[in-house]
Amino acid sequence: MAFLSFLISGISLGSIYAIIALGYTMVYGIAKMLNFAHGDVIMVGAYICFYATSRFQLPPLVGILLAVVVCTILGIVIERLAYKPLRAAPVLAVLITAIGMSYFLQNAALLLWSSNPKVFPPVVPTGKISLFGGQLTISYVTVVAILCCIVIMLALTWFTSKTKMGKAMRACSEDKGASQLMGINVNGTISLTFAIGSGLAAIAGVLLCSAYPTLVPTTGAMPGIKAFTAAVFGGIGSIPGAFVGGILLGIIEIFAKAYISTQLSDPIVFAVLIIVLLVRPAGLLGKQIREKV
Amino acid sequence: MKSIRLNKTTRKNYLTYGLVIVAYVILQLMSSSGATTSTLQGMLVPICAYVVMAISLNLTVGILGELSLGHAGFMSVGAFTGVTAAIAAGNAIPSAAIRLIVGMVVGALFAAVIGFLIGIPVLRLRGDYLAIVTLAFGEIIKGIFNNLFVGIDSRGLHISLLSDKTNLAEGGKLIIGGPMGIGSIPKISTFTGGAILIMITLIIVFHLVNSRAGRAIMAVRDNRIAAESIGINITKYKLMAFTVSAALAGAAGSLFAMNYTTIVANKFDFNTSILILVFVVLGGLGNMLGSIIAAAALTILPEALRQFSDYRMLVYAIVLILVMLATNNDTFKAFLAKFKPGKKKKEEVS
Amino acid sequence: MKKFLAMVLALAMVLAIGSAAFADDAFKLGGTGPLTGGAAIYGNAAKNGAEIAAEEINALGGIQIELKYEDDTHDAEKAINAYNTLKDWGMQISLGSVTSKPCEATSAETFEDRIFALTPSASSVAVVEGKDNMFQMCFTDPNQGSLSAQYIVDKGLASKVAVIWKNDDVYSKGIYETFMAKAAELGLEVVSDTTFNDGNATDFSVQIADAQSNSAELVFLPMYYDAASLILTQAAKIGYAPKYFGVDGMDGILSLEGFDTALAEGVILLTPFNADSADEKTASFVAKYQEKFGEIPNQFAADGYDCVYAYYQALTNANATPDMDAAALCDLMIQQFTSMTFNGLTGNNVTWDTAGAVSKSPKGMVIQNGAYVGLD
Repeated sequence: MAFLSFLISGISLGSIYAIIALGYTMVYGIAKMLNFAHGDVIMVGAYICFYATSRFQLPPLVGILLAVVVCTILGIVIERLAYKPLRAAPVLAVLITAIGMSYFLQNAALLLWSSNPKVFPPVVPTGKISLFGGQLTISYVTVVAILCCIVIMLALTWFTSKTKMGKAMRACSEDKGASQLMGINVNGTISLTFAIGSGLAAIAGVLLCSAYPTLVPTTGAMPGIKAFTAAVFGGIGSIPGAFVGGILLGIIEIFAKAYISTQLSDPIVFAVLIIVLLVRPAGLLGKQIREKV
Repeated sequence: MKSIRLNKTTRKNYLTYGLVIVAYVILQLMSSSGATTSTLQGMLVPICAYVVMAISLNLTVGILGELSLGHAGFMSVGAFTGVTAAIAAGNAIPSAAIRLIVGMVVGALFAAVIGFLIGIPVLRLRGDYLAIVTLAFGEIIKGIFNNLFVGIDSRGLHISLLSDKTNLAEGGKLIIGGPMGIGSIPKISTFTGGAILIMITLIIVFHLVNSRAGRAIMAVRDNRIAAESIGINITKYKLMAFTVSAALAGAAGSLFAMNYTTIVANKFDFNTSILILVFVVLGGLGNMLGSIIAAAALTILPEALRQFSDYRMLVYAIVLILVMLATNNDTFKAFLAKFKPGKKKKEEVS
Repeated sequence: MKKFLAMVLALAMVLAIGSAAFADDAFKLGGTGPLTGGAAIYGNAAKNGAEIAAEEINALGGIQIELKYEDDTHDAEKAINAYNTLKDWGMQISLGSVTSKPCEATSAETFEDRIFALTPSASSVAVVEGKDNMFQMCFTDPNQGSLSAQYIVDKGLASKVAVIWKNDDVYSKGIYETFMAKAAELGLEVVSDTTFNDGNATDFSVQIADAQSNSAELVFLPMYYDAASLILTQAAKIGYAPKYFGVDGMDGILSLEGFDTALAEGVILLTPFNADSADEKTASFVAKYQEKFGEIPNQFAADGYDCVYAYYQALTNANATPDMDAAALCDLMIQQFTSMTFNGLTGNNVTWDTAGAVSKSPKGMVIQNGAYVGLD
């Protein structure tokens, strides 16, 4: 029973990683850049929802919607100001800009919302499902997080494979030059990707803070890195990969803590990641691209 | 053709050596005459350490062409082993300068060994996968040092993991105390030591880059498949660059740690790795002089921004973004060029 | 490249000429603390508390204090830079650093430079060890650890305890170690011993489950309140309700915005400060703090406030004048602090020993109906 309960904790943590990782992987797949500011957009989303629901007493759903809208706009603005001018620049230059953006968001949040932690009000109804006569409990947040994750994953998969815009995205990720020649608006497509990624970040922020309710300006940083790891773990650029990677990372982390050592859980998680990448150099579900000579 | 090209790089190299020496002499004169502020004085050694870090990372990122996000891990290895060695040698070697050298050499050796061991599996990966694995190694190293206990007594060194099981004899001393890191480090790092380390680093890196091996490394960077097809042993050259880079980072870590009374493993986290990567990218990939200047400038920048008090780090972030835009965006560059008629052409190697 | 060179030179110029110390009629009091980054809560609180005290003192018209806090981002390297900036500014007396590790680094400098330092909250032993001019306003970590174990045994709170501590934090580790030593000495059984660190400070299900499955009656939480609030919330979610015992870092949990104080019902903590206290001094401080910063002060703020008042008392007693240099003030302050008795927000009849440690002892408080109630 302990095993099952750890498994559930793992999945619940993993589903949060997975939602963040989905945003990472979307942006990476199309823009080929690691958007280090993603974790901080999550934090902004959580703060917006916090203020909407606890200061202005808006209903949770309105709060979430507001967070999504603000983050989407924020994502577009960041992209327009900081990333778009560097479209032709080396990848590393964009990476550094993204890091600058991450510092910017964290410090702006610190000035705007102070360093005092806020406790996030439950957006998802508190309560739990009891199984086996109460020996095993699953909180609603976990259920909602997992459902959200699956819905988002399916929606994104559908979007990228069936809609015109989604197809344009995939085309851009394969070959920007060729897509442009085929009449795809590459810049617009990349902006759209950022918009979607940031909107997802808002949802991730709300869920992250619903499950683990302490909110500070650095809240997004560590989960951001973990989710990035998860995205690579599953094969970066792959939407189902981000889902699988996130869930597995959560489970591995909890199991490492439960069965090996709480002190060494982080090193163990990263060691597993390394081993997986050595066996499958493109991640679990990543495409192995054969090199043309 | 050949001689002209060689001359240009050699000239640039000598310019780099020259500037470092001139900067050292000026700063040394200033500080001996008391013209420097405490702030600048206190930052001389860390600047040296960051410069060496930047040059060594530039070897991996700029010359070898592999993105590493765990460079601070090697710095950490160098810092912890180097300080341990310097403390352990405390009684045997009275001269602080020699202890500093011992510390740096030991730090470099350990970091080189770790770099070599990590390099074997890691360098099979490419691009962002390599980046994430180096990040992972950096975090693993941090996690291990946070749980490592090393003590010394009359019977020698004692090492234990997870909890303090060193059972030191009377008069023994715990050197590394897990999350407490190392306390009461003898502050033996000096600006002169740092400047010498920069010179040695430059000599090693320039010689490596301009040697047969260096050309092979760059060939691997520019086109791996072509390089392989003409019989270059890719693994060997990648490992060579990676190990040298790790060793230099180790020496820098040792120098850095011995400038403070205390050091903790968390100092060498992902953020520090990223900071050093920022130096390298800002200074220009493959451009050692650029790395030196960027490292110095970006180390001083947050201190110079203290007058903004609360807005300091916000301004720092904005400056960072603007500098990246200014140096990489064509429109922006063209705009700037208007004000500078005699602007030199791009110097970046890659 | 020229651009860079110009930038470096410009920066060096700023540093070189940025400050010139000239004596005026106020004592220059400086401190470093994390004002940005993950530990910013503590630094800002201490800074704000000290600011209020300085304003009050300056309004009295007697001794004038010019207070300056510099950001050290909870990092030893940055703390040294911040300290040097303060030195260039002309700091005469110091508030050390807010957090332990940076303070260890700056205390070595204040010792060498003969600048007297009184830290509000850097509680590790290494901060004061071997330095005659370094004093603490808070009690040391080992003191708290052993007192906690003693309290639990004396009051018969539990026979089986669990400990959750932060593996990469000096403060937490320091308390943990002495707690374990004292627990072993007193025969208190520690049935569960788990950790977390910065990288995974969100999910505590494993640590809580471990405590629960080993049927711990009490969970000892040597950590700050932000992490502790997560543990309380998550334990409540799975229906585990042991007694909780916290140390001074737990203070602040009741004023967390949005926190359901019902979760903290029955939590016992050792704290020198109680924001709800009816005490006149405390009430006026809390009111002022709320007015100025819109938040309820925590223990760090109170420690910062007390530090400045302790200086005020010592400077007054010593008849010190602002034109004295740092070394002269240092000698005077050492004399004063080792001999004077101080009454502040965080304790009455406080004295210091020659090693720099404070004599005040933590008070046991229990949280009832969302407020602290004395345990004795």
